[in-house]
Amino acid sequence: MNLEKVKKVLGPKKQFIHGDTAVCYGALLAGCNFYGGYPITPASEIAEMMASLIPKVGGVNIQMEDELASIAAVIGASWTGAKAMTATSGPGFSLMQENIGFAYMTETPLVLANVQRSGPSTGQPTLGAEGDVMQSRYGSHGDYQAIALSPNTIQETVDLTIKAFNLSEKYRSPVFVMISADIGHMREKVVIPDEIELFERKKPDVPPEEYVPFGEGNYGNIKVPEFAAFGTGYHTYVTGLTHNEYGFPATDDQEDHDRLVRRQIEKITDDREELTDIEERNIEDADVVLLSYGLASRSALGAMSKGRDQGKKIGYLRLKTLWPFPNDPVKELSKKVDKIVVVEMNTGQLYHKVKEFADCEVVLSSKIGGEVHTPDEILKEV
Amino acid sequence: MKKEIRFSGFGGQGIILMGHILGKAAVLDDKDVTLTKSYGPEARGGACSTDIIVADSRINYPQVRRPDVLVSMSQSALDTYLPKLDDKGVLIIDTGLVDEPERGAIGLPATKIAVEELGLKMVANIVMLGYFAAKTGYVSREAMKEAIADLVPKGTEEKNIEAFAIGYSEGTSNSE
Repeated sequence: MNLEKVKKVLGPKKQFIHGDTAVCYGALLAGCNFYGGYPITPASEIAEMMASLIPKVGGVNIQMEDELASIAAVIGASWTGAKAMTATSGPGFSLMQENIGFAYMTETPLVLANVQRSGPSTGQPTLGAEGDVMQSRYGSHGDYQAIALSPNTIQETVDLTIKAFNLSEKYRSPVFVMISADIGHMREKVVIPDEIELFERKKPDVPPEEYVPFGEGNYGNIKVPEFAAFGTGYHTYVTGLTHNEYGFPATDDQEDHDRLVRRQIEKITDDREELTDIEERNIEDADVVLLSYGLASRSALGAMSKGRDQGKKIGYLRLKTLWPFPNDPVKELSKKVDKIVVVEMNTGQLYHKVKEFADCEVVLSSKIGGEVHTPDEILKEV
Repeated sequence: MKKEIRFSGFGGQGIILMGHILGKAAVLDDKDVTLTKSYGPEARGGACSTDIIVADSRINYPQVRRPDVLVSMSQSALDTYLPKLDDKGVLIIDTGLVDEPERGAIGLPATKIAVEELGLKMVANIVMLGYFAAKTGYVSREAMKEAIADLVPKGTEEKNIEAFAIGYSEGTSNSE
């Protein structure tokens, strides 16, 4: 990837763009060279913009016939060595779940941007929500560990999309960028970064006959095997069935399944601390902390300022990484404060996860229907 | 400084573009700015609005609650959005298309000016933007011109800059 070439395609350094565009910018800056998608409000602008931009950086765009095919195309592209992504919204995210599970089981790097709208089903197509949080963790069946990121500004949407590609490459895993429709369609100032640190998936450095495609990796301390792309002389059997270290189906052996699935989970959870990405404000003297993420966190921040002006000791903690969940920071926080208010645009999803780890009172500030909380609505729960 | 602004009219008048231009200009002036828009199933002719917040420091809550300035380019938009305007807020209307309400308003016949002085009805939004820029001073004149040149359809830059200049001078001469 030629960063200077990408920057030239993206245009001026300072821009006034919306979140959907920001996803595309982040992807291209991270070296994304394959987009397979199917348009859906409010993520259609991503498909539209990738179709126009990705050929200019030498990449490939395919509009597939539906979401099932889109995610399948992305998985196939990734196995040729491409940095591949798709984008969708709730109904499409539901349709993609089966193949997302296939990507977990086959340890396929990919990025999926989910521009969330109100559900269930087709819900409110043009209005924002953050109700797919649990779906991003448990949407596919079986045991696995998801990685999901949640930006709250347009600039951060660029930055975290780049990070999503890096994590997908590092952990050989699907990574979700979760934004609400409001972020997708809101415009803000973005400054295109000068330097970008990129992580590329590790390739085997042993000859094909010694390559073990689904064993433990040989680099670092993480349990990620090296990735041999199709067409590079290595032969990898890629199956969603439980497989042994060599990739061959081993569907009736408890130990093979246990070893495979636990390694796939632990390759991510071993790095939980490193993957934790939180923003804290005014925690030191706080009695109550507003815990939030995504668009709702902007209102939480507004509520904190307003509450502080009224003399209330309110703090703020925001999750940029939703999954893996920051177990210890939440536990530690709960020992310092009397109460945590979980502010989210759903009827309570991360709320339950916070309750699992918090030792203090936890209450929910919930808003649905396509609008984000006003700061006053949040302050009622403080 | 933190100002909430709502541009409103009907679909097809270029209301969203007005917001886009103002936001881009604010970026060029190194201000913080957010743009959100009403995005329903409406098409040409339906009520349409775009909300912008311009501030010197970081904007948290990005949605407009009580606009400081409401610009209305259609009667139905005015009727819809006037109740939300802050009591001390500034109301700017296209006086050729919208009746001045009891609370009073400032404005100019932007659409009439676009047709009669520029021979192009579609630049009415930019005439209005010139007037808005002069009256509010939230962003610099130079930044507005640069944003217009960048965002209007290629080949129409000159006409749009002219439209902006007319609106701007109306805004500076009309002392009301």
